[in-house]
Amino acid sequence: MTLEELNKIKKEKEELVMVRKVVKEKGEELAKNTGYRKQVLVCGGTGCTSSGSKKVLAALEKALKENGIEEEIHVVRTGCFGLCSLGPIMIVYPEGSFYAQATPEGVERIVKEHLKEGNVVKELLYKETVHSDGSITPLSETNFYKKQMRIALRNCGVIDPEDIEEYIAVDGYQALYKALTSMTPDDVIKEVLDSGLRGRGGGGFPTGKKWMFAKASEGDVKYVCCNADEGDPGAFMDRSILEGDPQCIIEAMEIAGYAIGAHHGFVYVRAEYPIAVQRLSIAIEQAKKYGFLGKNIFGTGFDFDLEIRLGAGAFVCGEETALMTSIEGNRGEPRPRPPFPAVKGLFEKPTVLNNVETYANIAQIIYKGSDWYSSIGTETSRGTKVFALGGKITNVGLVEIPMGTTLREIIEEIGGGIPNGKKFKAAQTGGPSGGCIPAEHIDTPIDYDSLLAIGSMMGSGGMIILDEDTCMVDIAKFYLEFTVDESCGKCTPCRVGTRKLLQYLDKITKGNGVPEDLDKIEELAQHMQKSSLCALGQTAPNPILSTMKFFKDEYIAHIEDKTCPAGVCKSLIRYEIIADKCKGCTLCARNCPAKAISGTVKQPHVIDSEKCIKCGVCMNNCKFGAIITK
Amino acid sequence: MAENVLPFKGTKAQEEQLMAVIASNKEVPGALLPVLHEAQEIYGYLPIEVQQMVADGLGVSLSEVYGVATFYSRFSLTPKGKHRISVCLGTACYVKGADKILTEIENKLGIKSGECTPDGLFSIDSCRCVGACGLAPVVMIDEEVYGKLTPKEINKVLDKYIAEEGGDK
Repeated sequence: MTLEELNKIKKEKEELVMVRKVVKEKGEELAKNTGYRKQVLVCGGTGCTSSGSKKVLAALEKALKENGIEEEIHVVRTGCFGLCSLGPIMIVYPEGSFYAQATPEGVERIVKEHLKEGNVVKELLYKETVHSDGSITPLSETNFYKKQMRIALRNCGVIDPEDIEEYIAVDGYQALYKALTSMTPDDVIKEVLDSGLRGRGGGGFPTGKKWMFAKASEGDVKYVCCNADEGDPGAFMDRSILEGDPQCIIEAMEIAGYAIGAHHGFVYVRAEYPIAVQRLSIAIEQAKKYGFLGKNIFGTGFDFDLEIRLGAGAFVCGEETALMTSIEGNRGEPRPRPPFPAVKGLFEKPTVLNNVETYANIAQIIYKGSDWYSSIGTETSRGTKVFALGGKITNVGLVEIPMGTTLREIIEEIGGGIPNGKKFKAAQTGGPSGGCIPAEHIDTPIDYDSLLAIGSMMGSGGMIILDEDTCMVDIAKFYLEFTVDESCGKCTPCRVGTRKLLQYLDKITKGNGVPEDLDKIEELAQHMQKSSLCALGQTAPNPILSTMKFFKDEYIAHIEDKTCPAGVCKSLIRYEIIADKCKGCTLCARNCPAKAISGTVKQPHVIDSEKCIKCGVCMNNCKFGAIITK
Repeated sequence: MAENVLPFKGTKAQEEQLMAVIASNKEVPGALLPVLHEAQEIYGYLPIEVQQMVADGLGVSLSEVYGVATFYSRFSLTPKGKHRISVCLGTACYVKGADKILTEIENKLGIKSGECTPDGLFSIDSCRCVGACGLAPVVMIDEEVYGKLTPKEINKVLDKYIAEEGGDK
């Protein structure tokens, strides 16, 4: 591959892809040269695949044929658009009509009425894009997208992830060319350092420094690794990048390899992500075929190859030394540091390991320069961060925001607020290693240091929104159950400490807690933070500490009043029937597995709390909302 | 580990497949994990007999293979049901009531998470995040994902599978 060849492919495909990136009028102009009247993009990410996008795609292709327009319409299966709760998602360009929750039946209408006859099917569009006067706004101007800035996700939902030429059309491999032909390894490292990019996996260590240390290490064999073992339950940023834009990871890893002097890379990815693994495998094959991987890349003498290694469901393998131990074929237990991976990493060789999202920024930094990148974000946190927004929020999905955006903007504007008129209680970031941001800190800017200052952390990007129905003690317990399961058992503070912390929480949620328990939790937490071998154990107490800091009253209610204010902890709640609302339909009594409900037809029923096992079946079945918890 | 482990019923064809996998991975550094992934793909689980074959094939001790096989949650030493039910207990699903869905499935099938029904038709596991958080709470049955579930709906879904297997509700 030469630069001429690269630019030739770029030129050929550029207009086809640009139609999806520009405003309607410009897109219509460009579309004339592409040979396609319209393009239909269907999301093939995990979220939309789960909600049935394969059936939608099949129905689309069938309907196009039936209407005889399959030659005029270009169908692209892309990665994630971000708005997962509205899946399956389908967008028609050049006008950018955004169809949400598409169904095979709906698609038949869209093909006939919109694609064939030119009339947008308004009632199937995402309702936020349709105004009361009938006019339609483009997707980029909806609240969900307006405040976002997409750098790491720049190609997700835009290009076909299984077509390397579409990646080339959006400047793909230009950064690698630039690095290999006009920059020294030190230039590359300096550029990354100057950009201010910090590790997006959660630690926030400056990426350029990591590379600098690895370059400085002596050794003829070095490795570049990519951490795609996204273990935080509720986080799916890395998966979405691999599914939507796998080539950008390959390009970035090569740039890292050139910078530190490595010729071999490993991507360690969760086996639970079959679509991501498949797309990455296809991407690697194509990159080899086009000469971006292998020997003598761009004729510069630089060699690089890449392998995928599958994880096997161990959270601890997200820790860098454990991940390397796992690639080596062993139990994924962490090793003491130092020596740091940059000195002695994979197979005891100097190794650079970065997270998927970190790599997703690299090509842009090299191509556009560190000045551009460092102009985005805040003083100490440059650039953007991707969050997987989930939990009690209207727009569940993937968002990328400039650092420094406030939590309020994320929740109220991008996220569309809390559903069902409930009140926002807290946002949990950083998963089992992180903490929560309570409502009083909703104006906190999201960056590494602001989050640390209030006792939370950036984490890898999971952001779970909790409303008033969430019990904070129960959430802390949920995370501790997770860390107990996932502690590898190598070091005592983590193995025993997590279990002990869980016992305290269990005791408290069962109504058996005593005030001293809180002091004991804090003491134990400090020991774990100081003496655990790896970050898993060091950070495992965070969910308790931060909920204790901001929601101490809830802990005290559980301990002293023996009540659960949110009505979650089973041992502390009672189910009751409101006599006025009960119609005596007997549905609850018939479904109660413990036969704890009695009453005659058309008369209010009663629950015998002695017999009640608090399974909640009655409440789920009641059609009149007559059953409440106290 | 379950007490009643079914007798190992590997076929010659499976063994040949495994041997081919071992042969092609023998020189790969860190081959044990990739080989175990493929072995589980071939046999559906990793009984001690299969672990022994892997150990012999790669020239490592059985205890090393066992250590790795038991460390990772994706590897199973016991067979799974014909229909594998996987309840997501990731955070997004948990705050939307995944625990209630799990309880409902356990009650309905009369087994606990991690177990298999005596007729071998269903097994239940919990998993951490399949990444379909937009559909929370989520249950995977085999390769099919069921989202935005309520206890009532998962009941209907299970009834469908039970009816397909010719059982009654």
